[in-house]
Amino acid sequence: MAHSYTPGLTVTERTTVRRRRILPLPGSVLVQVGDSVRADTAVARAELPGKVVPLNLANQLGIAPDEINDYLVKKEQDSVQKDDVLAENKPFIKWLKTEIRSPITGKVESVSTITGQILLREPPRVLELRGYIDGAVAEVHPDQGVTVESTCSLVQGIFGIGGETSGELVMGVKAPDQPLLPEQLNPSMKGKVVVGGAFLPAATMARAKELGIVGLVVGGIHDKDLRALLGYDLGVAITGTEQVGFTLILTEGFGTIPMAPKTFALLSAHAGQKASISGATQIRAGVIRPEIIIPHSGPAAVTKVAQAEREGIQLGDPVRVIRDPLFGKIGAVSGLPSELRAIPTESEVRVLEVRFPDGTTTVVPRANIEVIEGA
Amino acid sequence: MTAAQQSPATSNPTHPLNVIVATDCGSTTTKAILIEKVGNEYRQTYRGEAPTTVEAPFEDVTRGVLNAIAEIEELSGRTILDGDRIITPNQAAQGDPKRGVDIYVSTSSAGGGLQMMVTGVVQNMTGESAQRAALGAGAIVIDVLASNDGRLPYEKIERIRTMRPDMILMSGGTDGGAVTHVVEMAEYIAAAEPRPRFGSTYRLPLVYAGNKDAQPQVNKILGEKTALEFADNIRPVLERENLAPARNKIHDLFLEHVMQQAPGYKKLIEMAGAPIMPTPAAVGVIMETIAKREGINLIGVDIGGATTDVFSVFGGLFNRTVSANLGMSYSISNVLAEAGLENIMRWVPFTIDEQTLRNRIKNKMVRPTTIPQSLDELQIEHAIAREALRLALIHHKSLATGLKGVQQERTISDVFEQRTSGKTLIDLLKLDLIVGSGGILSHAPRRIQSMLMMVDAYEPLGVTTLSVDSIFMMPHLGVLSTVNEQAATDVFVRDCMVYLGTCIAPIGQGKDGERCADYEVALPDGRIEKGTLAFGDLKLFSLTRDQQATVTLQPSKQADLGEGPGQSFTRTVKGGVVGLMLDGRGRPLQLPTEQAARVAMLTKWYQAVGLYPKGN
Repeated sequence: MAHSYTPGLTVTERTTVRRRRILPLPGSVLVQVGDSVRADTAVARAELPGKVVPLNLANQLGIAPDEINDYLVKKEQDSVQKDDVLAENKPFIKWLKTEIRSPITGKVESVSTITGQILLREPPRVLELRGYIDGAVAEVHPDQGVTVESTCSLVQGIFGIGGETSGELVMGVKAPDQPLLPEQLNPSMKGKVVVGGAFLPAATMARAKELGIVGLVVGGIHDKDLRALLGYDLGVAITGTEQVGFTLILTEGFGTIPMAPKTFALLSAHAGQKASISGATQIRAGVIRPEIIIPHSGPAAVTKVAQAEREGIQLGDPVRVIRDPLFGKIGAVSGLPSELRAIPTESEVRVLEVRFPDGTTTVVPRANIEVIEGA
Repeated sequence: MTAAQQSPATSNPTHPLNVIVATDCGSTTTKAILIEKVGNEYRQTYRGEAPTTVEAPFEDVTRGVLNAIAEIEELSGRTILDGDRIITPNQAAQGDPKRGVDIYVSTSSAGGGLQMMVTGVVQNMTGESAQRAALGAGAIVIDVLASNDGRLPYEKIERIRTMRPDMILMSGGTDGGAVTHVVEMAEYIAAAEPRPRFGSTYRLPLVYAGNKDAQPQVNKILGEKTALEFADNIRPVLERENLAPARNKIHDLFLEHVMQQAPGYKKLIEMAGAPIMPTPAAVGVIMETIAKREGINLIGVDIGGATTDVFSVFGGLFNRTVSANLGMSYSISNVLAEAGLENIMRWVPFTIDEQTLRNRIKNKMVRPTTIPQSLDELQIEHAIAREALRLALIHHKSLATGLKGVQQERTISDVFEQRTSGKTLIDLLKLDLIVGSGGILSHAPRRIQSMLMMVDAYEPLGVTTLSVDSIFMMPHLGVLSTVNEQAATDVFVRDCMVYLGTCIAPIGQGKDGERCADYEVALPDGRIEKGTLAFGDLKLFSLTRDQQATVTLQPSKQADLGEGPGQSFTRTVKGGVVGLMLDGRGRPLQLPTEQAARVAMLTKWYQAVGLYPKGN
């Protein structure tokens, strides 16, 4: 295969990102092409249909379904207030009267003479979609949303949990191989995004929640701590809707793994600036990785995006080993033999040679390295 | 447009089919194979693959197809493409046999395959029938809604709204029975205003295959809101299931609506000379064909990165299930969640602490394309595969059942047999063949590894033959069989199926080392191997596919080979690339709970059959 390596995660000082902000159902767009927006600007709005509450009137009144029209007080499409009478019978003796009252405020959506059922719908909920990043509106998708563009620094993580948020970037540790310990967090970090190093213990997560920290970015965590945080064992990496009090982004993986020096240096250089982060991860077709976007200041302008397409892996490319026994080690490609080689499992696979900073080299299956993009 | 109407000119091509190119557009990789007629038989000659291009930035499935075919062009020296067009037919008649192919066919599971929601009235009756119909059509069933499923009406409506399936199948009620419940479900669907997964401008396809008396009401409620189609009732009477009309309707709607919305599929449909089939439906066709041709009972399994499909044919009845979240990469962590750490660890022949193992599995989940580099990593993946296979079979057994809720006539002789309706059809003692497919089984470094993974996971009883799909081409052959059965059969027999061998496993348990059975194996070279198979023993005899051996077993009183405990048993069996395996480990298979004893036991078994390289 021409591309038998894993496309890597981008870590870059300057790039232009475009983010589609699409409503879950048609609504109205509130901004225009070229408008400057901030992360918390509402860019589109939609009305989510209210909840439907079915009531079986025929059963409650003790009548046949095809008789219910004779007992209705409210008709189809009528508005109702909570406790309004929807239907009633008219007995000779008034003590035997039964009134069916509406359990909600809303309207009568439909009445069925086959099932004897009435469907009530609550009023719609207004949903406002935010800009997510500071930038400019590059495109308007009528009735659906917009595309926001921003010139920024970008760090993609490998895995995250929690949704979109933003806050000032603050360094919690001094070096990429240090763990982020609870005592390194303080109340001034409330509402901010804290960057750690190699590891995030469970106690630090609890402290972050207590302090109201909005985001944590670290090299690795233990799976058992993730399980404790979520309350269940995550089976499939489709995340972004968790509500654990903060958004968490791993840059390297599971275990104690120092953050890649390049990632750490980039984040350190932007400490004190505002970052938009998202933990949303989806590792199936249509890969979504968590991200840290640090918009560059200055007037937002819409530019043409020219994305260079990678031409496969090259000698000298910075790479990260992404499988044991050398998991997390970072080096550069020093050889690209084309023939298949037998590895200790006896499989014959395509390999490459990696030179590590200490000068040692090793042979790794191509499938087990990841190019560090944006170098 | 129906399946039958699609590409009428090419579905039954007038020219002979001598060169065929077939692709399977998977969720990550598009795999292409070239089949050529060599003499009087068809052979698979070249293969190519390329990443699937359904997603951004390409958003056109045909790009991946063309790339995969281009790889075949490079390897075979044949010109197949003219720009973005597949050259058909082959130009042999024009004196250029190395130019063009006679037909192109394809299957697809890209973009998550066909995702369906099904509804019924009673969950384990019409709900299950609807589920079987959708699964048999190659769908992933994302939810089964039923009047008695325990969810409150508003919860059902919320669920329908949030799931966004590609299609809904509604069933419920027997013909002529009450209509109320099925109409009620139609009202819930209408209230939810369901929207399809792809495309915002078209209406969601919905097949109604319930009580035919409710059709006018269902039409009134859903006719405007969905692309409603009617099919014959899948349960016209309680005692009979009629799945074929609903399945055919699902296939038609899949081509007509769902695939038209997926990026590039319009072009793909135009390129292909036969209707595009959902991948699992094509594999199902192949499984049914094998079972029918050989007159056998079989179980087929396709263990992928995200899902595990299980197919079975018992007594001519075909069933398919898909365990949507049991797989070896994207869903690997879910195997751990469902099986539990202890069940995975019981197959690992060394000790490893829980934290390290958990982190490794999660790292595979977030980097699903990596491969085991060291032997211990391979052994861990094989352990996880055993559990994924085991769980998927349990799931399959629960759905491949006789009809539930059917009254049974009982005689006095049935008094002592507490049989209920809806008993599973899967009887491992009557199972003749297991067919394995998917990366972990097809590409295991040693074939014995595939064989033992399946034996450990399924615990076959008595005599069972095992095989694997050599390079994962069953989907291609499934769709090919709809246009040329001989080509599909030739390639299947000669290039696709790799027979691993036969496993003979007595039922029963005994103390380790105690006599399980005395055996006598008459080998084709005239030698006779005699000995005692003890409980806890695994023995392997070399026997190739074209060789036969006559095996006689005299089991002990605790052991049974289907003839009754202690009853002697003789059978002529065929071999394979692994050979003949006598499995005296007992059924059900039990492993020591104490760690050191378990590791010692596994090491003994693995060494007995040469499972891994020596020194490990």
